[in-house]
Amino acid sequence: MGEFKLMKGNEAFAEGLIRSGADGYFGYPITPQSEVIEYLMAEEPHKRTGMVVLQAESEVAAINMVYGGAATGKRVATSSSSPGISLKLEGISYMAGAELPGVILNVVRGGPGLGTIQPSQADYNQAVKGGGHGDYNLLVLAPASVQEMYDFAGLGMELAFKYRTPVMVLSDGVIGQMMEKVILSEQVTRLTDEEIYAKYGDWATVGRTNGRERNIITSLHLKSEKMEAHNHKLAAKYKEMAEEEIRFEEFETEDAEYLLVAFGSSARISQNAVKIARAKGIKVGLLRPITLFPFPKARLNELADQVKGMLSVEMNMGQMVDDVRLAVNGKIKVEHFGRVGGIIPTSDEIVEALEQKIIGG
Amino acid sequence: MTEEIIIAGFGGQGVLSMGKILAYSGIMQEQEVSWMPSYGPEMRGGTANVTVILSDEKIASPVINNFDTCVILNQQSMDKFESAVKPGGYLLYDPNGITKHPTRTDIKIYSIEGAKAAAEMGNTKVFNMIILGAYLKMRPIVKMENVIAGLKKSLPERYHKLIPLNQEALEKGMDNLVEK
Repeated sequence: MGEFKLMKGNEAFAEGLIRSGADGYFGYPITPQSEVIEYLMAEEPHKRTGMVVLQAESEVAAINMVYGGAATGKRVATSSSSPGISLKLEGISYMAGAELPGVILNVVRGGPGLGTIQPSQADYNQAVKGGGHGDYNLLVLAPASVQEMYDFAGLGMELAFKYRTPVMVLSDGVIGQMMEKVILSEQVTRLTDEEIYAKYGDWATVGRTNGRERNIITSLHLKSEKMEAHNHKLAAKYKEMAEEEIRFEEFETEDAEYLLVAFGSSARISQNAVKIARAKGIKVGLLRPITLFPFPKARLNELADQVKGMLSVEMNMGQMVDDVRLAVNGKIKVEHFGRVGGIIPTSDEIVEALEQKIIGG
Repeated sequence: MTEEIIIAGFGGQGVLSMGKILAYSGIMQEQEVSWMPSYGPEMRGGTANVTVILSDEKIASPVINNFDTCVILNQQSMDKFESAVKPGGYLLYDPNGITKHPTRTDIKIYSIEGAKAAAEMGNTKVFNMIILGAYLKMRPIVKMENVIAGLKKSLPERYHKLIPLNQEALEKGMDNLVEK
């Protein structure tokens, strides 16, 4: 075993940012994700790597600091929970428009409005279908363990720069607040200004020293032809992501006659449900989308030829189920099961829902 | 081996940190662990509980509803969790403040006068370590040396001088466990 630590998901994300060589974090506290900024403040990464950590005056300020940092080619991130993410959406839409990389963590709590501080997955549509205005998609990663909270900080940043796009890590109060063992990776050295120039100088506003054209970071395109061309450019990027970046995990799908589809903490609980159902003689498997956008449509469509029905298990009133249905395209029955309001579904309830809505239904 | 435990009491009793030390002890003997808290917005006074799982296998769900062992430190938690012990499982409680004692006959019931023992030691802060000691006497799933290693790993270096006191509290808990 390498270097390890028992950490909360939120702390692991923070440490993941530091170790993956992030340049900055701008945030504002809100339950259940405040441990991100608490950990970063206590850890003082400016002493370890030179990384800047700043508590902004508001969520809106924090996301615009991310916009500014990203515009100069810096690897920057922010985090919040549901109501705070709603506040950040204007800035996120501007980042998508201006093609700025950055990582945004949402540790989802129940809503709408101020809702509850307890865990939820009710921001699926907000994360996956845009949320902010305009034709854009975020690349959305859904961690289901504390280790993935750590890993996705770095992976998210890598993908954000690969596609010059904001990446959302869609977590929830369970994954953010729970502790598990995290295997820590080696410290990655932050890029120097010269390295950023060499790597991203063709688009980042790093100072025009060699007489090249000015780099302009903007989401404003007043000429219709230019705006249309820009929309097509963004769409091509999202298409490329859909071809290259789909990630998912399967449990016991080889001989499955039924399938659970679940992400994040729901996927963990659904794993137990698979065990319980199999002990009862029900051949059920689980597909866990790791990327929610792009969504593992092709694999679900393929599995629809094998299984008799699918149950989408989510801590919301039924959001991802729409994407499962689109993927399956009417081949088989797809239903939703969820608990809301901060109530976490039990494995037994999931098995019962499978029996009632899919097997018996 | 898998042990699924809930520790439930008031905020401020050290419920969450007791769970953390137990989880770290599990890591020290190369087990998989998870620690899942549940608490309200209050920092103190409200109910707090934590689910800890130690297992030789990868842990599927960190959120469970039935437990091998329930450690219960107030009446509200007794009302809520006595029925959540798996048949044949264990219930450990501190009778201090308990008005309705457990009645199940299909589980093993133990008690520990934790608050009293902490008062005898002249340090109410070690209450949770006394409870942990009693738990480990009842369920010897981790070795004392791994608990000490876990303490070392979870406490900042400046608090390592407190480890002997914590060990004393663990032993006090072990000595005061009562089988019902």
